[in-house]
Amino acid sequence: MHELPVIKSIFDMCVKHAKANNASKIISVTLKVGEISDLQDEWMQRYFDYISKGTFVEGAKLVIERVPLVMRCKKCSESFQVDIHAGRQIECPRCKGTEFAYVSGREYRVESMEVVCGGDTADRS
Amino acid sequence: MEEIRLIEVKEGILSDNKALANELRHKLQRMGTFMLNLMSSPGSGKTSLILKTIDALKDEFRIGVIEADIASTVDSEKVASRGIKVVQLRTSGFCHLDATMVSEGLDALEPQALDLVIIENVGNLVCPAEFDTGAIRNVMILSIPEGDDKPLKYPLMFTVCDVLVVNKIDAMGVFDFDINAMKKRVRALNSNIRIFMTSAKTGEGIDSWVNWLTKEIKGFRKNSKYHPNRLSNSEI
Repeated sequence: MHELPVIKSIFDMCVKHAKANNASKIISVTLKVGEISDLQDEWMQRYFDYISKGTFVEGAKLVIERVPLVMRCKKCSESFQVDIHAGRQIECPRCKGTEFAYVSGREYRVESMEVVCGGDTADRS
Repeated sequence: MEEIRLIEVKEGILSDNKALANELRHKLQRMGTFMLNLMSSPGSGKTSLILKTIDALKDEFRIGVIEADIASTVDSEKVASRGIKVVQLRTSGFCHLDATMVSEGLDALEPQALDLVIIENVGNLVCPAEFDTGAIRNVMILSIPEGDDKPLKYPLMFTVCDVLVVNKIDAMGVFDFDINAMKKRVRALNSNIRIFMTSAKTGEGIDSWVNWLTKEIKGFRKNSKYHPNRLSNSEI
């Protein structure tokens, strides 16, 4: 259930941009989501289908691009990728440092939408 | 004729919430009201810590509490019994508070007459981490029975908090909780986080937590545009 409010926000954004571009249908929505997010891809699509049912957005596919979590060691500046879901202590592979800055993996945005413009637009709601 | 087009969006998924949260923070800054967002799993001791904090600070600061509960009013009744202003937000199944809900709760509290507002967020380590409430500081509680591996399971929550309160330390002997391993895991995710060890039951460690909070509130009010001499009126 945790995905629902976030998906509602994505849906609202899709409607806003589709209307601004006079789109009659949305084919796909590309998202960039950092690996540190707890959202599950499968549930995101299910909730999106649930919210968009009966609207002109219905049928749109979510293309979820996961951005790997990359951290930089504060001690030796080494950058390295972390598998956050492995459930292991994070440690610098070069100097065994334990304090880091985030390089990537916290992204949370709608990148783009593939839409159909023109045709029958009377049914937009 | 129909055509397929690619629209560049490049917009943050929760950007509307973030914008409202920033607006709320500006408002709090103008009023000189410090707002704390307290998050944790269910049953980690949020209400107990709030009650201890109220007991320690109620003579010095005017305090209000925003309680979020999915259905019950048990927590808000406990807080209200201390003579503290409390607003209960029934989230009707929602698993977190967002800036809109907090803004409504805040208005009901008349925050211009308060020095400190504590939000007791919904017991959940997932969604509250995603939704900025507009609070000045984010605090989470991890209680000893939950285990030292929580940072490995819910990393995002540990990255958004300024403070971690490790509660129920009186139960340390009963559980297999490795404090040093936990600290190392937390610091790897968030090297700036402050960690306090408390027992809301015995009162152990509450002093350090309360001292930190007092300093934060005073520092905030000093930087606030609002005249800081409001404390003299707090007895009214």
